[in-house]
Amino acid sequence: MNQATAIELRSLGHEAPVAEAAGHAVSKEIVVGYGFWIFLLSDIVMFAALFAAYAVLAHSTAGGFSGRDLFSQKSVAIETACLLFSSYTCGLMSLGVEARRQGAFYFGALVTFVLGAAFLGLELREFSDMIARGATPQSSAFLSSFFALVGCHGVHVAVGLVWLAVMVVQVAVKDFRASVVRRLQCFSLFWHALDIIWVALFSVVYLMGVAP
Amino acid sequence: MNLLGKLDWDAVPLHEPIVMGAVGFMVLIVVAVLAFVTAKGLWKYLWQEWLTSVDHKRIGVMYIVLALLMLLRGFSDAIMMRSQQALAAAGSQGYLPPGHFDQVFSAHGTIMIFFMAMPFVIGMMNIVVPLQLGQRDMAFPTLNSVGLWLTASAIALVNVSLAVGEFARTGWVAYPPLSELQFSPGVGVDYYLWSLQISGVGTLLTGINFVTTILKMRAPGMSLMKMPVFCWTALASNLLIVAAFPVLTATFAMLLLDRYLGFHFFTTDAGGNPMMYVNLFWVWGHPEVYILILPAFGIFSEIAATFSGKPLFGYRSMVGATMVICVLSLLVWLHHFFTMGASANVNGFFGVMTMIIAVPTGVKIYNWLFTMYGGRVRFTTPVLWMLGFMVTFVIGGMTGVLTAVPPADFQLHNSTFLVAHFHNVIIGGVVFGLMAGYNYWFPKVFGFKLDERWGKASFWCWFVGFYVAFVPMYVLGLMGMTRRLQHYDNPAWQPWLIVAAIGAFIIALGIACTLVQLVVSILNRERNRDLTGDPWNGRTLEWSTSSPPPAWNFAVTPRVTEKDAFWVAKQHALANGAEPQPARRYEAIEMPTRSGVGFVTAFFAVVTGFALIWHIWWLTLVGLAGAFLATLAFAFREHEEVEVPAERLAAFDRAHPVGVTV
Repeated sequence: MNQATAIELRSLGHEAPVAEAAGHAVSKEIVVGYGFWIFLLSDIVMFAALFAAYAVLAHSTAGGFSGRDLFSQKSVAIETACLLFSSYTCGLMSLGVEARRQGAFYFGALVTFVLGAAFLGLELREFSDMIARGATPQSSAFLSSFFALVGCHGVHVAVGLVWLAVMVVQVAVKDFRASVVRRLQCFSLFWHALDIIWVALFSVVYLMGVAP
Repeated sequence: MNLLGKLDWDAVPLHEPIVMGAVGFMVLIVVAVLAFVTAKGLWKYLWQEWLTSVDHKRIGVMYIVLALLMLLRGFSDAIMMRSQQALAAAGSQGYLPPGHFDQVFSAHGTIMIFFMAMPFVIGMMNIVVPLQLGQRDMAFPTLNSVGLWLTASAIALVNVSLAVGEFARTGWVAYPPLSELQFSPGVGVDYYLWSLQISGVGTLLTGINFVTTILKMRAPGMSLMKMPVFCWTALASNLLIVAAFPVLTATFAMLLLDRYLGFHFFTTDAGGNPMMYVNLFWVWGHPEVYILILPAFGIFSEIAATFSGKPLFGYRSMVGATMVICVLSLLVWLHHFFTMGASANVNGFFGVMTMIIAVPTGVKIYNWLFTMYGGRVRFTTPVLWMLGFMVTFVIGGMTGVLTAVPPADFQLHNSTFLVAHFHNVIIGGVVFGLMAGYNYWFPKVFGFKLDERWGKASFWCWFVGFYVAFVPMYVLGLMGMTRRLQHYDNPAWQPWLIVAAIGAFIIALGIACTLVQLVVSILNRERNRDLTGDPWNGRTLEWSTSSPPPAWNFAVTPRVTEKDAFWVAKQHALANGAEPQPARRYEAIEMPTRSGVGFVTAFFAVVTGFALIWHIWWLTLVGLAGAFLATLAFAFREHEEVEVPAERLAAFDRAHPVGVTV
């Protein structure tokens, strides 16, 4: 096929039969989303290292507190509920974006933000209670790895909240233009990924930690 | 509460003449460069065309400039080590006191791996991959610039450590408990950790960018199995970056928590586990070896095919071998410390996995040999580097298989035999590959060829110098010499160490030849111009556009039907005689606008890193806020793309005709 016909065909919207041909064919939405998935995978790898460290050090309590002495199932259950429900409201927010309805977007964003902040507040309270009881990250390898693993997730949630706030301003200033919609799509991927990590964290740290 | 944290005048080692000499030399060079740029009025050009550029080719060039500068820095460390050990025998202390010698070998390893080899490899991929894929740029051009400048920030921090404070004395691996606050109370380890954290983030972003680019943005018709082998190896390398660098980030974060907040991940008390650091470090560290060598394999594959005038032998097996190595590289980390004392079964597993890697690597060697077999091989500089590589790398691979046997490793662990082995594969593999690629793609980037005579002189110096420097190290390892000795008592070692030092000086000549080659080639550039865009009779798409390519690489996106798309198009044109080229239809294209966000963010990364190293907490906040605001400003910018009109594309193509279009 010579150059001219090739271009002709393409401009008419007929792609030549090519295998998994990329090129112009792939929209920027797909490329950005794909890249962000790869980033999320790398983030999960980082958590995997922290999980591994926790698994190695979970019993190295240096004669001090163990998970069973410290974890409050009730508080963690409420935290979990907040975070999981915020994923649902984040989904509602995405529907608002999809429909290009600012009102629905702002509402979804607000509820998501409040739930995320509540999660973070509860987590900080849990941390400060533990520290007040003398269970500081400096007291044993187990607590070092606990604070680092759970804290790293907490930092991610905090970053997510800042990101969400910025996105609300972006929508207010720039409306739903293509680049803003792409960023919102990435945000929701990020937020759901934090949920997945939390589920693993909840199981490995808080459930297995109190198992006899 | 001190406003400057731990920083005071004692941090500047004014009493150490060697250090201050090096600092003075560096400051002099920086001042000279700044003065030159100012005198010539080049600031605006530099800012607009380079520092804020998001063009993958320019970013690649800047990576390689950084890498060459760091090669000089890292190599001066090597010369210091070799000459110290040549002198410091039986009672003599040489000229480097232990504290300084320890910093020198730590800096040598850190700089050569993170700030020479990595930027060189990433720069090479930046220049070549989008061109080979027939694309106009990377998937995320601005992110690419951020990655570059974060690498540059880390390099800046490492070099500041020479003048202000000290560098780590722990070796480039910084094992705890030595690297814990208890045994390394100074700022050296903090310089190491923060600079590697910053460059690690940059590398990760770059890795994500390449994986997305290669998997999602290829010329129409270029299915994965029609992709040039260099792109395959780049894909494998970047998949490993995505899989491995986050582990390094997490590991260093744990060590930082230990050092800054008194955590107990790797301490010897309160339940900490130093060997966990060693495991996690090498979970990153072994894939890192392949992150560096796989693109070198890709470079040799391109060179073997081009200069033999034949398609690469065994394309499919080459792709398969690359991906097998990619996976296996994640399963061998424990061979770096068989002496940890894991069970015989564990050591046996990792030993066997390590030996298995030799199989796909052997497949590659045979593929290159069979590619050359029966071809009309042109013995250009890149081909010399390739031949030198094949001999040297096979020897290095065999000593590697030797150390993969756990009982043998118990003898060889931490000896100079090991040092010789990994230099054998890193110099013979990575460095030779990068030098081959540098000579091969230079005309594409700058529009003129490098001087062949000086290029060949450089190769011979490196090749001979390598053997003179490292064969004695193998012998010394078998004689029982351990690595990192500031002085030693056994006089029988000294002759070998003197020979090794001579080898290092021969390599220095090789580096000098490379620099002379560059200068000579620039002076003679009119004679060596590449006007066709295809100086080597190449096979892949990068040779189908002009040298240097326009910012948009291809005015009309090439369509690919087969492997070696450009070669096929040339054969087709030959077969059909002087058939008139069909008129190309140009359409206006969108190019990303330049952006200072990478440079500005990286500036604040240096501020943050420096402040954290010296415990200047208010400045840390300033740095973080600055980086955040720069990113925010970027997110709110109005113009994300500029349009290049069709007439401009057409005018460029008329001014720079190429033989055959794809």
